[in-house]
Amino acid sequence: MTLFVLKRLGVGLLTLVAASIVVFAMLEVVPGDPARLMLGMNATEDAVAALREQMGLNQPLAVRYLAWAGGMLTGDFGRSYTYPVPVIDLVAERLVVSLPLALIALFLSTTIAIPVGLYSASRRGSAADTFVMGATQLGVAIPNFWFALLLVYVFAVGLRLLPAGGFPGWGAGFWPALKSLIMPAIALALPQAAILARVTRSALLEVLGEDYIRTARAKGLPQNRVMWRHALRNALIPVLTILGLQFAFLLAGTIIIENVFYLPGLGRLIFQAITQRDLIVVESVVMLLAATVIIVNLLVDLSYAIVDPRLRVRA
Amino acid sequence: MKLLKTILAAAALSLTLGTAAFAARTDLVVGVILEPPHLDPTAGAAAAIDEIVYANVFEGLTRIDAQGQVQPALAESWSVSDDGLTYTFKLRSGAKFHDGTSFEADDVKFSLDRARGENSTNAQKGLFAGIESVDVIDPATVAVKLKAPEGLFAWNMGLGDAVMVAPETAETNKERPVGTGPFKFDSWAKGSSVKLVKSDAYWGDPVALEKVEFRIIPDAAAAVPALLSGDVQAFPNAPLGDARPQLEADPRLKVVIGVTEGETLLTMNNKKPPFDKLEVRQAIASAIDKTAVIAGNGSGLGTPIGSHMSPASPDYVDLVKTYPYDVAKAKEYLKAAGLENGFKATLKLPPPPYARDGGQVIQSQLREIGVDVEIIPVEWADWLSKVFTEKDFDMTIVSHTEANDIDIYSRPGYYFQYQDPEFNELMDELKVTNDAAKRHDILAAAQKILAHDVPAVFLFELAKVGVWDAKLEGMWENAPIQATDLTKVRWVD
Repeated sequence: MTLFVLKRLGVGLLTLVAASIVVFAMLEVVPGDPARLMLGMNATEDAVAALREQMGLNQPLAVRYLAWAGGMLTGDFGRSYTYPVPVIDLVAERLVVSLPLALIALFLSTTIAIPVGLYSASRRGSAADTFVMGATQLGVAIPNFWFALLLVYVFAVGLRLLPAGGFPGWGAGFWPALKSLIMPAIALALPQAAILARVTRSALLEVLGEDYIRTARAKGLPQNRVMWRHALRNALIPVLTILGLQFAFLLAGTIIIENVFYLPGLGRLIFQAITQRDLIVVESVVMLLAATVIIVNLLVDLSYAIVDPRLRVRA
Repeated sequence: MKLLKTILAAAALSLTLGTAAFAARTDLVVGVILEPPHLDPTAGAAAAIDEIVYANVFEGLTRIDAQGQVQPALAESWSVSDDGLTYTFKLRSGAKFHDGTSFEADDVKFSLDRARGENSTNAQKGLFAGIESVDVIDPATVAVKLKAPEGLFAWNMGLGDAVMVAPETAETNKERPVGTGPFKFDSWAKGSSVKLVKSDAYWGDPVALEKVEFRIIPDAAAAVPALLSGDVQAFPNAPLGDARPQLEADPRLKVVIGVTEGETLLTMNNKKPPFDKLEVRQAIASAIDKTAVIAGNGSGLGTPIGSHMSPASPDYVDLVKTYPYDVAKAKEYLKAAGLENGFKATLKLPPPPYARDGGQVIQSQLREIGVDVEIIPVEWADWLSKVFTEKDFDMTIVSHTEANDIDIYSRPGYYFQYQDPEFNELMDELKVTNDAAKRHDILAAAQKILAHDVPAVFLFELAKVGVWDAKLEGMWENAPIQATDLTKVRWVD
């Protein structure tokens, strides 16, 4: 088990080093001068040159890479070119929005999807199953920004129950902050839940054909016990894989929903940084995300071992 | 009778008390599309900076008002010497920075010297290049000596790039702006909002609003419901697109279409063949139907122009008909240039809808005269480095939003690559002319040269669409400069 974890950690570190080189090199070839972008069309050449010097853009490539990569090792992610603050502060500010949002959405999608998947698998071919399949198909097909706008028009413009968007900050109180995350979380969770429910259902159907299910039924276990204890546990591996992927997506891939609700999340930070050529922010945030994805995948791998004891022995 | 009087008096009293108790609201949430990179207008070009801090947080010696006129600000008056070389500014007494230090002549010297200094990162450093020296006469008087007379000096001192900053706080203004304005900075939640509060120490007329929040809403799809739900009560530059009729139909909101200083141009690379030939540029100008371009520019709004001047300006000359839309004539021009079979060219389009949408209309119009246009979408960063700095382009569409910027056609190395000795002479003369009538004649002559030479096809003047609550008063209808001046804004019932 320890060896398994160490091995995975080693691979993760190598991936990070490779990612850092790729990210740095890629952004170097993207055209656009951050200094010129900040000063605009009427700036004189010497003002642009002065700013380039200030931003450290005139140093050789290798020096800048080493300064950046070395800094990250000591926890220093550099200072943003555009916002005059450390990158880590920017990320922290965005995480207080993105992380709760991702967790709420993940919680919603799992609590909807797993029971629905179980129910529909246990009544395969029934009218209820057909309905669930249709509804989840719809859930996958509906673009989430459209669904988000629908929510806004109903609950913010029509009923005026929830804010149309924005994030007041946790400083404004728990409830106002949470209120502004409800609609985005629902808009994010629904398509995810639809996918997850379908995966749960098909994984369960596969398991339900196994001999041990027949055995469990034969020894007289009630349907519920069979489903939750024997079937679901064995069907969890594909479900966990999807959950891991969904979490990584929810953390930073939610730019569209962030735009609809103008939430200051991580996705928008990256998008903004790319258009403003705030290279250091892009680089550092991508690295942090890469690290998160690697850690989440590691946790998913470990959870396989928890649900399936056989994997523990093999590792 | 006496009783009646008493009752009336009591009623009157309770009425006044009543109005006091139900005082108008004093908070405002303003929507803005772009988040500023920082909040120091003297160290960046982003219009998003001025749209928050200009006139609200920071003030200059002079200021530009809603009509685009120069007004006194931190300088209550000024005089110009007879040779036009020395401006003596008499400063406002009692003006204070938000950190409590008073505003004095030393601060003026510091601010101007900083803007023109060697390490200056002022986006409009050129504005200060003509200053010979800044001399403190006494704490309330400053004399600015110029190298040569400058017709626009008082105007330039009213721009966001020329606001007054204090030596103690200049370095931290990007994060925590400290100015002399009627609002002081409160907080900035990155990616979300910038909050200002009323400053009680303001030297001028107190503002009606106590709290202002600028909320960043980059997406049109989000701006519309934000306005409809009342979350945001004003959007001075609203990205409405197709949703404008929906908002216009709402009696709670006012949709105001104003003019800007944004001349939207189809710029051609005047040194690159075949655009170096006048006939080719004339052909392209004649092949473009400006009304169709406006109809297809994303908002459907804009005023056709024929040269580089806003129709709202008193110096505007109507030259729209210089090259009327005429495909046959356009083909003749091409033939005269020896290109009757047409040619291929690229059109680089930055992100705004006026460029991306308008560009497609132009592409189809130029096809009529055999010019095969390939559209290349570019980001701003890319546009600035490739098109603007390296001049690697055939044609591009961009709106030049600065006011009083006709001199860009004379700037050496400017991306148009256009040079005309006669035009340059006019610009040299304009720069040193103070007299309004003389300036008008020069500007008229300059507009005519540009209209004839078409270094760029002058498409239309960009419109400004503002939306705000019908009970809100004092918002700017036009945009002579990029600003959201809230000093006169108040709620009425």
